[in-house]
Amino acid sequence: MTATARARTGTPWIYLAPALVVLAGLLVYPVYQLGLISVLEYTQAQVSGGQPTSFQGLGNYAELFGDTEFWRVLVATVVFAAACVVSTLAVGCALAVLLTRVRAVPRLALMLAALGAWATPAVTGSTVWLLLFDPDFGPVNRVLGLGDHSWTYGRYSAFALVLLEVVWCSFPFVMVTVYAGIRAVPAEVLEAAALDGASQWRTWRSVLAPMLRPILVVVTIQSVIWDFKVFTQIYVMTGGGGIAGQNLVLNVYAYQKAFASSQYSLGSAIGVVMLLILLAVTLGYLRLLRRQGEEL
Amino acid sequence: MKLAPRLAVFLAAVTLGAAACAPQTSGNSSSGKDEKTGTLRVWLFQEVNNKPKERAVDAVLAGFERAHEGTEVDIEYIPVETRAQRIKAAFNDPSSAPDVIEYGNTDTAGYVEDGGLADVTAEFDAWDEAKDTDPTARRSVTVGGKVYGAPYFVGVRALYYRTDLFDEHGLDVPRSLAELAATARELRAAEPGLYGLAVGGAYTYGALPFLWAHGGELATGEDGTYTAAVGSAAARKGIEAYTALFGDDNCPTAKCAGMGGNDTVTAFAAGKAAMAIGGDFSHQAVEAGKVKGKYAVVPLPGVQPGSIAPAFAGGNNIGVLKSTAHRSLAVDLMKRLASKKAQGELFEAMGFLPTFTDVRARAAESEPFVKPFVDTLEAGTRFVPASPAWAQIDSSLVLPTMYQEIVSGKKDVAAAAADAARKMDDAFGSAG
Repeated sequence: MTATARARTGTPWIYLAPALVVLAGLLVYPVYQLGLISVLEYTQAQVSGGQPTSFQGLGNYAELFGDTEFWRVLVATVVFAAACVVSTLAVGCALAVLLTRVRAVPRLALMLAALGAWATPAVTGSTVWLLLFDPDFGPVNRVLGLGDHSWTYGRYSAFALVLLEVVWCSFPFVMVTVYAGIRAVPAEVLEAAALDGASQWRTWRSVLAPMLRPILVVVTIQSVIWDFKVFTQIYVMTGGGGIAGQNLVLNVYAYQKAFASSQYSLGSAIGVVMLLILLAVTLGYLRLLRRQGEEL
Repeated sequence: MKLAPRLAVFLAAVTLGAAACAPQTSGNSSSGKDEKTGTLRVWLFQEVNNKPKERAVDAVLAGFERAHEGTEVDIEYIPVETRAQRIKAAFNDPSSAPDVIEYGNTDTAGYVEDGGLADVTAEFDAWDEAKDTDPTARRSVTVGGKVYGAPYFVGVRALYYRTDLFDEHGLDVPRSLAELAATARELRAAEPGLYGLAVGGAYTYGALPFLWAHGGELATGEDGTYTAAVGSAAARKGIEAYTALFGDDNCPTAKCAGMGGNDTVTAFAAGKAAMAIGGDFSHQAVEAGKVKGKYAVVPLPGVQPGSIAPAFAGGNNIGVLKSTAHRSLAVDLMKRLASKKAQGELFEAMGFLPTFTDVRARAAESEPFVKPFVDTLEAGTRFVPASPAWAQIDSSLVLPTMYQEIVSGKKDVAAAAADAARKMDDAFGSAG
């Protein structure tokens, strides 16, 4: 090994060291604690020293996996997150294309509206949506002539309502990112497509989408992570999980276990399961892309 | 090979961490110290209208500081919504914890299990005023035969109804639960815009009197050996009676299934309900609403005409923290805060019902409004199982889930009650 080669292997690490130290402190250590707590018996009694902490092995996981409610919540979370991701991407991309085709004033208006939605804190957004759809005082029911129909009572209607809010507050990120991507596509390419007589849809599918692929990958992964971890909207809009817990998602379920009923170890186990699922989904997705010949 | 160095760093960090850090556990044993001077820290709950409470408490504190030279009391009013976190944090960090706290009486067993409250049995038994403490209040500070505090006040619920609507439609005040249901439906039919009796799927303490009145129990057994009883035939009858009140003929399920206690009281105060089950502590909220001067309160009737349904005896206690360095002083302050005189003054200031039977009787004479609540208390009240598992059952919404499953038609009474019983037994089993 020559001196240059050794330097080549060592030097990057020296440059990376500060970042790695911060990452280790802020990411690895908490994840390690999460994993550790998930294999212990750790409730309020253990935290405050009323009882000794004991090692449970995979006992918490066994309890979790043996609980039918956990599986129901897991399925609901996966389906709900998938629906949110697809809707967010569809709305975001459609509006991004629209942005490139309208004049300056409507474009500015759309941008401002989107940024407004983006900047609204989740709690505020959820509360406002809830008020809009309130059975007694909400304008939506009045406009649609629905009387005192309650949107949060049915399981699917409550999930749909939350989905609308989630899409509303997360499409701007997709829209702005994709819009920036479209702007970066050379005009000649689009012109060539237009000269060949390609339709709107054809241009998007065969020209824009492939060129925007790296951007779409990033926003998709981002959306998957966000929507899988959705908490505030469900917690606020369905009053902590809906009628008889019908609208629980994993994050709210974990909160209920960990903080509301002080079963920190069970909550940690749910956290670990979520982490593993997200890692698997993200790595699987990246791998799929790489197999298709994309270098990221 | 690209992953290898990253993996190595990760593993190194993990092993490093494993060697260094286990999750935090505080050594929460009694401090063993009993200093006779210094500063005592007290946490009381911040009420909606807190000024009168502060005045009543300040008088007690002034007396305490005069009686013990060289002491000072540092009082803090903590918000009710975040009390759980605050008190848990206090247990976790004894050095910054208060000496004396106010706490909700359903939390007693949990706090004892957490190792936070000091056992004051000897002092409580030697206290001459304690003999007049009513039995339910005494039970609410007792875990495993030991006393962990002094009752501060009790809260109990009764039936609020609209006198104007009853007069208008020529209705009599219901004398049994069956009459209550019939009257609620008549009122709903006559006034389609109002709920007959506002009920809530998440209103556990409004629903439990129905269960108790029909002879049901939440759980049977003693400390450490509780068994859920919500699946028994009697309990199921009570659950059935409450859930039958949901529907378009009284309180539409789509709106009422998600309501909690506050929602039903708010609906009543806003004139959207002809009847509601509210506490003595709801009085201020109702007085501030549209229905002021148009309502009255009677005890919630039981199954037999003329009887009173057993109510849940809520309320707060005053306790001493195990970690206090001023044990004798803290116990004295606890007794002063929860004394007959202080409770009488607290009642005058806030309307909170005293836990001493004699003080309460005097209060009822001076303030007719509390009479139905005192009658309810005297008729016999119930309490939740004195088990640390109760906090877990309560916060994992076992009972609201059961009621909501039934009213939304997801399960029938027997299946929902059996599920709730199983969840409760799991909690009793894991927490003792």
